Amino acid sequence: MSITIVYTVITLSAIGTLSAVVLYFVAQKFKVYEDPRIDQVEAALPGANCGGCGHAGCRAFAEACVKENDLSNLFCPVGGNECMSGVAGILGLEAVKKDPRVAVVRCNGTCEYRPKTSNFDGATTCAIASSLYSGETDCQYGCLGFGDCVVACDFDAIHMNPVTGLPEVIDEKCVACGACVEACPKMLIELRKKFPKERKIYVACRNEDKGGQARKACQVACIGCSKCEKECAYDAITIANNLAFIDSDKCKLCRKCVSVCPTNAIIEVNFPPRKIQKETTESTTVNQ
Amino acid sequence: MTISPSPHVHTDDSVRKIMYRVVLAMLPALAWSVFVFGVDALRVTLIAVAACMGFEYLIQRFVMKVTPSVNDGSALVTGILLAFNVPADLPWWILVLGAFVAVAVAKLSFGGLGSNIFNPALVGRVFLLISFPVQMTTWPVTKQAAVDATTAATPLGLIKEGILNGKPLNELMGTLPSTSDMLLGNIGGSLGEVSALMLLLGGLYMLWKKVITWHTPVAILGSMFVFGAIFWFVNPEAYLTPVFHLLAGGAMLGAIFMATDMVTSPMTGKGQLIYGVGIGVITMCIRLFGSYPEGISFAILIMNGFTPLINAYVKPKRFGGEK
Amino acid sequence: MPKTAFIPVGQHIGAPAAPVVKKGDKVKTGQVIAQSNGFVSVNIHSSVSGTVKKIDLIPDASGYAKQGIVIDVEGDEWLETIDRSETLVNDFSFTGEEIIQKIKEAGIVGMGGATFPTHVKLVPPKGMKAGLLIINGVECEPYLTSDHRLMLEKADEIVVGTRLLMKALNVEKAVIGIENNKPDAIRLLKEKVAAYPAISVTPLKVKYPQGGEKQLIKAVTGKEVPSGALPIAVGCVVSNVGTAFAVYEAVQKNKPLFERVVTVTGKSVKQPSNFKVRIGTPASELVEAAGGLPDDTGKIISGGPMMGKAVTSLEVPVTKGTSGLLLVPGAEARRDGRMACIRCSRCVTACPMGLEPYLLMTVSEKQIWERAEKERVMDCIECGSCSYTCPSSRPLLDYIRLGKGKVGQIIRSRKN
Repeated sequence: MSITIVYTVITLSAIGTLSAVVLYFVAQKFKVYEDPRIDQVEAALPGANCGGCGHAGCRAFAEACVKENDLSNLFCPVGGNECMSGVAGILGLEAVKKDPRVAVVRCNGTCEYRPKTSNFDGATTCAIASSLYSGETDCQYGCLGFGDCVVACDFDAIHMNPVTGLPEVIDEKCVACGACVEACPKMLIELRKKFPKERKIYVACRNEDKGGQARKACQVACIGCSKCEKECAYDAITIANNLAFIDSDKCKLCRKCVSVCPTNAIIEVNFPPRKIQKETTESTTVNQ
Repeated sequence: MTISPSPHVHTDDSVRKIMYRVVLAMLPALAWSVFVFGVDALRVTLIAVAACMGFEYLIQRFVMKVTPSVNDGSALVTGILLAFNVPADLPWWILVLGAFVAVAVAKLSFGGLGSNIFNPALVGRVFLLISFPVQMTTWPVTKQAAVDATTAATPLGLIKEGILNGKPLNELMGTLPSTSDMLLGNIGGSLGEVSALMLLLGGLYMLWKKVITWHTPVAILGSMFVFGAIFWFVNPEAYLTPVFHLLAGGAMLGAIFMATDMVTSPMTGKGQLIYGVGIGVITMCIRLFGSYPEGISFAILIMNGFTPLINAYVKPKRFGGEK
Repeated sequence: MPKTAFIPVGQHIGAPAAPVVKKGDKVKTGQVIAQSNGFVSVNIHSSVSGTVKKIDLIPDASGYAKQGIVIDVEGDEWLETIDRSETLVNDFSFTGEEIIQKIKEAGIVGMGGATFPTHVKLVPPKGMKAGLLIINGVECEPYLTSDHRLMLEKADEIVVGTRLLMKALNVEKAVIGIENNKPDAIRLLKEKVAAYPAISVTPLKVKYPQGGEKQLIKAVTGKEVPSGALPIAVGCVVSNVGTAFAVYEAVQKNKPLFERVVTVTGKSVKQPSNFKVRIGTPASELVEAAGGLPDDTGKIISGGPMMGKAVTSLEVPVTKGTSGLLLVPGAEARRDGRMACIRCSRCVTACPMGLEPYLLMTVSEKQIWERAEKERVMDCIECGSCSYTCPSSRPLLDYIRLGKGKVGQIIRSRKN
């Protein structure tokens, strides 16, 4: 019995060793030379393989960095400035600095503000619904609520709110990869500049119909009245096609536009509540 | 106002209606099994059905946490088919175990209805056969058999055992039931396999109602017949007639009810013919050259594994020709 | 006659027409109000006489607003050049080119629902020649009967139209295909073409979608149009009976296309009928004429139940391609819940193009567009047979349409 075991051990060990040697030489012979810096750069990347940089995965991005030897057109939105400076350090190049961005859903047409006028009974995806119909409400630009953006997100950063019927972005998780922007057939989601304390000011509407028509479809639609444009001291607001747009790169978060908008189409997020004017006059009156 | 993409009309048919039609097709064979095996047949059927439907409900509700879909009738069909594949005096706990394997392992763990690769009832049956070979191959006496017998073997079982014990074929032939007995069902075996006639009736009903198409059953039985005929023709002393092979064992049950399960069989007619021929050939190989008396359960499971491959390569005839 | 006509400028396949009138202009019935805007485009004519109220965005059947011309109706004054008499004008001495020119000016498009500009269809691409004209009198969609009525009431005109089309195409043979469920139309048309040995009538098996042009060509000639190719590739040109009738009116009576027959029907409709309707009439007026909107209406379909489009409101106007209005009671208007695919292969059996709808839906849902293209998703004619037969009520056609759209985009971008 034991001699069989000895023979077995010897034979299997011999086969194992022989295979290892053969494989080693074969691997050496067929080895493809790869710049070792690609591995180094890849290690510095977040490894999410989300495609937000425009390349097919982190490895492809690392290859592009090394090959192009110039980082002016290469930026990883998930890793951000920190990651890019790391990559720049490895390659001895200059990294481009970009402001961090966050995805913003520019529609506030909740079930309450924007009544449904029909019921879509087909396969509930935004792509299918928008290719055949303008939506379930009278606003043909608004959110359909079927959640293609939720499905597209790899980072669990966007979810459907069942009460409002609109998607909501979780800022901490959003890496601005752009997947939801691509997925939305109404082009409602935009990558806007990320401000401290997760503050945002944006026009929550993309309705290009004339004011009266837009307002009939949704209570908080932008009617293109231009009050906000006139109010903005920083030239951040433009009006085109009955619709206002706030450029997040120029916006200074002064909130003046929010207070003049007649339909509450401009939204301010994560700001402290304003002091009410009445109280101050009262107090001054009292003090006197 | 509802808006939806076309088409705006839909057939009355549904998964549930298809399943109930299959159940209806199985009733003649079920009735005959009660006639032959008595109340035991009903007991086995009810336990199998209750166990299958019960496990599906419990697992879907509490483990998978989805809305239970027991009322689509597929667990009912699995339960009856499992019952058809076992002896009428099988202990209840073995049956429940088989039902668990059929529903939980072969169907739900693959993703539920439509996602399973292998026929659930057959997986349950083969599991029981391998785990409890004695209980699964000890057949109860039929009501019509001699009063002093305690167990009855199936025709195939008799042959295989006899050959393995060295007896020549012509000696064994005398102990076999007649063709008419096998056709009608005056033989021993599992619940569903005894009466070829009742199974055929069910099969014709399903063909009429377009639940199944002719391709799979004809391919299986045809290839079994041809294979058997070749061997019998060459050496009638050593091999049984092809008609015997068609009527004996689970060939009819397998060809009509088990292999035609839509989820696990190919999607095109041509694919089904290939699938059926494969099953027939493998069955006959096991019967003639293997040590098991009956091979159709294994044959069907093996070909189930080939179904995705068949689907990938056998495409329907495209309108407008190939590109 | 509507009080206000809402005439979209994009009622056809191809570039929408460009308006040539402005607010306040007075127009006559039959006058050109928008001009063809490209190679594949047609003129739009006013179907009413009155004053142009505005040129604005009108919501179409999908709810998206498209450009259209709104006219306040005053009286019914037709252009003097139109022959309004009902007498049959049997003979003609036009050349093929003249016929095509008249068809082009009259703004004729395929009346079966596809609305492809007829004058473009009548000029085969370089190197291809037509050998057979097939007139589509099949009307395979259930509930629709507008073509049937047209064949019964205007059979002579349809035959003249057929001869005109034959001359335009320079073909020597024509076949009128009619499904077997219309024996009176078959009989009548057989009588009418008896005088013309070049034209024959072929009764066809009643099987949806027999009226699809590829299926019709196969049934009549036995030939299959190759994947991705047009019927002209097998030498055939297919035209609807409604188009043949419109051609007759355009060439023999100088009447451009501004009215058509529309079926208004449905289980709860009080007086289901076929109406001769002016283009631009809001659907609500047709429904009133058919006895009013039934209380239990759940869905309104423009077209037939298999391929028609559910509309968002009854203010949608009738266009050149509107073959019917189907009012579906609430109970039948909603789909059943979707279940898993049980691989029953009914969709495969039902597909007239030999495709595998269950597979096309799965790859479209998972966005595997290369696989969708390989599995010939572009061959789909969107007949709806697959979704109809699926016992699990899976929305097969919804996803296949999505796949077609995306793969079409990919193919187009590849060419650039």
